[in-house]
Amino acid sequence: MSPTNYLLLSGLLFTIGAVGVLVRRNAIVVFMCIELMLNAVNLSLVTFARINGTLDGQVMAFFVMVVAAAEVVVGLAIIMSIFRTRRSSSVDDANLLKY
Amino acid sequence: MILAQVADSTAGNAGVGEAIVFWILGPVALAAAVAMIFARNAVHSALFLVLTMLSLAVLYMMQQAPFLGFVQIIVYTGAVMMLFLFVLMLVGRDSADSVVEVLRGQRVWAAILGLGFALLLVAGVGRTMFAVPSAGLGARAGNGNLTGIGQLVFTEYVWPFELTAALLMTSALGALVLAFAQRKPRERNGQRAAVIARLRGDRISPLPGPGVYATANSVAVPALLPDGSIAPESLSEILEGHEVDETPRPPADGHSLQGRRKELEPPSELASSAIDTAPGRSRPTSASEEER
Repeated sequence: MSPTNYLLLSGLLFTIGAVGVLVRRNAIVVFMCIELMLNAVNLSLVTFARINGTLDGQVMAFFVMVVAAAEVVVGLAIIMSIFRTRRSSSVDDANLLKY
Repeated sequence: MILAQVADSTAGNAGVGEAIVFWILGPVALAAAVAMIFARNAVHSALFLVLTMLSLAVLYMMQQAPFLGFVQIIVYTGAVMMLFLFVLMLVGRDSADSVVEVLRGQRVWAAILGLGFALLLVAGVGRTMFAVPSAGLGARAGNGNLTGIGQLVFTEYVWPFELTAALLMTSALGALVLAFAQRKPRERNGQRAAVIARLRGDRISPLPGPGVYATANSVAVPALLPDGSIAPESLSEILEGHEVDETPRPPADGHSLQGRRKELEPPSELASSAIDTAPGRSRPTSASEEER
């Protein structure tokens, strides 16, 4: 089995995450879909590291994980503060900048 | 045995054991990801995402990245998903998705877009990466993995690594600032205002307490009015609909004050709805079963 299968799996997971971001309304679930996309990219980075025979891809995946952790913390804090003011976690309700 | 065999493989192409693991865990990850999108409950979505991430962690370990596999488990499934669950529990009031479509046909278009994107990715990757020779990490796949990553992080990638520190600190501070809720001291009403509000309200007297200790040992037991009917206001709204075990009662005798009530129907609709599942009422269980 060639490592290409991992890339295909990664692509499919990324697609599922992207569709989830477009379809779901709950901000937290949208956020989870973004996490899924980041994970898919990590899988492809790890596969590339293996194909190239260097560790750089794994280091990049490591950095992606760090950035994702920071992003999750800030994003969830934003969702919570929006929920506190608007009593809703739906992405449709946060339309204050619209008018 | 399969795992040991896989861990030994440092070559670029996957062995049989790794293929078996891939063909088991890959579909599991895909199915869990699809289920995450379609789950109605946000908590179920989170748990499906945990499943996907765990299978991805095992795939990392198969892919000669044991360090990343463990970091995936510890950081993602351990910390990040728990954070998600905590926020879900805090926000959870309306964790169900709204069914109203704000943009017309958004879901259909999203599905079409996703299918097209998937086709594009699969075709592109399948064509270009079909027979790419895979070098494999060799000695850095097993025990040398962590030292290799450490070397890279502290030599070639030392500047991004330092930036990571700044990023983490900033995000921690940002989360503190964003999630901090300053509670304003509430304005207290004076005694006079409180009295006026009570006299102008619906009810002057305090609400009756529940029938604890009168007939049973539970707050879910309603208090009885002097005529033996049930005081609906004595039950907390939170307790409504909860089954409570009734303590065995002594048989009623004519002299005791707590004697068994007559089989009264509750005086109003409100009472019947509030009392339906409360055990203080002595009616045959089969009747209440039928009513449900």
